[in-house]
Amino acid sequence: MRNYVIQRILATIPVMGVVVLFVFLLLRLAPGDPAALIAGDYAAPEDIAKIRVALGLDKPMHVQLGIWLAHLARADLGTSIYSKLPVTHLMAQRLEPTLALTLTTLVFAVSLAVPLGVLAAWKAGTWVDRAVMILTVAGFSLPVFWLGFLFIYGFSIKLAILPVQGFVSITEGVVPFLQHMVLPTLTLGTVYMALIARMTRASVLEVLSQDYIRTAHAKGVARLWVLWRHALKNAAVPIVTIIGIGVALLIGGVVVTESVFAIPGLGRLTVDAILHRDYPVIQGIILVFSAVYVLINLLVDLSYTVLNPRIRY
Amino acid sequence: MPSSLRRLLPTGLMMALLAGAWAVPVRAETTLKVIPQASLRVLDPIWTTAYLTRNHGYLVYDTLFALDASFKVQPQMVDTWTVSDNGLTYTFTLRPGLKFHDGALVTSRDVIASIKRWGVRDQFGQKLMSYTQSMDAVSEATFTITLKEPFALVLDALAKPSSNVLFIMPERVANTDPQKQIEDYTGSGPFVFVKEEFNPGSKSVYRKFADYVPRSEPASLLAGGKQVYVDRVEWIYIPDANTGVAAMNAGEMDYYENPPIDLLPLMKSNPKIKVEVTDPIGAQVVLRPNHLLPPFNHPKVREALYYILSQEDYMRAIVGDPSLYKVCPAMFICGAPLETKAGAEALKVDLDKAKQLLKEGGYTGERIVLLDPTDQFIPHNAALVTANLLRKAGMNVEVQAMDWSTMLTRRAKKDPVDQGGWNLLHTWATGVDLISPMTHALVAANCDKAWFGWYCDPKVEELREQWARSTDAARQKQLGEAIQRQVYATAGYYPLGQFVLPMAYNERLSGVIVSPVAIFWNIQKK
Repeated sequence: MRNYVIQRILATIPVMGVVVLFVFLLLRLAPGDPAALIAGDYAAPEDIAKIRVALGLDKPMHVQLGIWLAHLARADLGTSIYSKLPVTHLMAQRLEPTLALTLTTLVFAVSLAVPLGVLAAWKAGTWVDRAVMILTVAGFSLPVFWLGFLFIYGFSIKLAILPVQGFVSITEGVVPFLQHMVLPTLTLGTVYMALIARMTRASVLEVLSQDYIRTAHAKGVARLWVLWRHALKNAAVPIVTIIGIGVALLIGGVVVTESVFAIPGLGRLTVDAILHRDYPVIQGIILVFSAVYVLINLLVDLSYTVLNPRIRY
Repeated sequence: MPSSLRRLLPTGLMMALLAGAWAVPVRAETTLKVIPQASLRVLDPIWTTAYLTRNHGYLVYDTLFALDASFKVQPQMVDTWTVSDNGLTYTFTLRPGLKFHDGALVTSRDVIASIKRWGVRDQFGQKLMSYTQSMDAVSEATFTITLKEPFALVLDALAKPSSNVLFIMPERVANTDPQKQIEDYTGSGPFVFVKEEFNPGSKSVYRKFADYVPRSEPASLLAGGKQVYVDRVEWIYIPDANTGVAAMNAGEMDYYENPPIDLLPLMKSNPKIKVEVTDPIGAQVVLRPNHLLPPFNHPKVREALYYILSQEDYMRAIVGDPSLYKVCPAMFICGAPLETKAGAEALKVDLDKAKQLLKEGGYTGERIVLLDPTDQFIPHNAALVTANLLRKAGMNVEVQAMDWSTMLTRRAKKDPVDQGGWNLLHTWATGVDLISPMTHALVAANCDKAWFGWYCDPKVEELREQWARSTDAARQKQLGEAIQRQVYATAGYYPLGQFVLPMAYNERLSGVIVSPVAIFWNIQKK
């Protein structure tokens, strides 16, 4: 097991290397000029050129890559072209909102989706199953931004019980923190919940047709116990896999949700950096996100051994 | 006094004091919550011409002079000034008691360093510097600007209202290389920038500067007393306009700088929100052809555009509400001192005439590349209208969609269209940038040094130079007319309409100043 973990961690090095090169080249080959954006619409061409020189963007691509790699070797992700703040500082500023939204969404979605999926599988073919499936299809099909505006209209404008936008740190009070998290969590969690519920239903349904489940029923084991102890546990591997994949989807979904609810998170930082061609920020974020993906995949793979003792690495 | 009473007195006094202290109302901090027009990233208003950074500058820094509501130059940090009889030496004395946010007094050395840095980056500043022989600190509060030859626009330059504004910074900050961004945000203005709370792209915070000394005159446009009645101003950028409007309706935000026009009815129907036009002159949309490439390198083809373009069509597409726009041929803005219709006779739709001119100009259906930044609603809508109008005139238009950043790169290319070059693009500017031939970047006709499109006409440049030297208002007006006539005669400028963007604020606010720049002094919040 230890050897497997070490091997997997070592395998991330070439993966990250490819990501680093790919991101760097893609950004430099894409059109767009941060110097022109900084200088403003009515800046003279020579002023733009001077800013480009001051930012080092006039240097050959391999020189720029070398400078960035040298910084990376010192664990320095660089500084933003615009704000002159370190990329790590910008990411740290935005980490809490994104982390909070991801965690609340995970808790909301998983705690709702797994029981709903199991229920739908247990009551397969009945109205309960159909109701759950209609709910999940709807949840999966509704655009996140639309759902967000619907919740804002209902809960913030009409009922006036929740704030429209913004983020309050948990250090400033649990109640205001939760008040600001409810709508974004509902919005983002609905899609995620639908995804997990559908996978849970399919997976549990397959397990429920196995011989050992029939045997358990024949032995008179209580239904709930069969579902919880035998069916769900054996169906857990694909469910955990989809939760892992879902975390990746969450990061994508966070971008839209953060924009709709004006949450200053990593998603918005990424989009803004791309729109403004803030190269160091884009490179830093993608590098960190890639590392997080690799880590999540590793954790999901390792969780298989816990969920299914037959799996060995 | 009985001894018992004497013994009780201190206790009673203490209790009374405590009760008094308890009764003293603790005034809650007043925070003005603003949705700015964009997200703030760059904090150096001399390094960038971005309007949002300019607005940030007006909060944090003060200016030597400023324009009032009649577009007249008024002193701001300057107390008194004199001009020598030969018009070559300007002597300025600063108001007493002016301080920077670090407590240091504002001195002549700070002002001279600020002018020097601004004079490198700003085009009006560069013009002033080209006439300047020396700048000298006579005393802590008095300094002189000595010219090589008379220049009529010294005060106009120092009072330039829009990017780049001459903001006064401490000498150590102003000594920063003009090509590099400042990293010390110590200002001279009515608000202090709170660096610790800055979240680029999301939030910037300003607190009232207690030691700021406002002028005694009432506030007028960008001039007059900058009285601050709130403790904090928070700019919170809300990227989605629907959310911004919802936040205004829910009372979470106080002030929305540029709400989208199509969402205004949602706020107008709320009695707690005032929707007003506070910009007295608005902005102008402009079409820019590339003068270097065929077919628009031919004056006849450029002239043909005047018979194709309809300002009404553009304004309906971009603004919609007729109360918010006007058809205006004045390149120095309708409602401003140099407004004129001189030379604008050709601005009327006549497709037959246009086709004839296209033929005379040798246009035979070559591909016209029109740049369309789809993430900028004004140039994007303008591009769609242009494409439609030009096609009606028989032109072969290819609309190339891209994001704003890509367009900024593309527009600098002088290559032929099949190698990444371009023929047409759109831009827009606020009126205060266009009211003077010196600050109007789009009428500059200095060829290679002109704005993208590289308009070239020596006579226009000669007239602009004459304007810069003229001290007489009537003569300036005459020259303004002559410049406009010459620019239209050489088909160098295409105004597509003038419009105003309303802003919205909560009824709790009062004292919002009419200004083309969003400013936050004078505002009181109930």
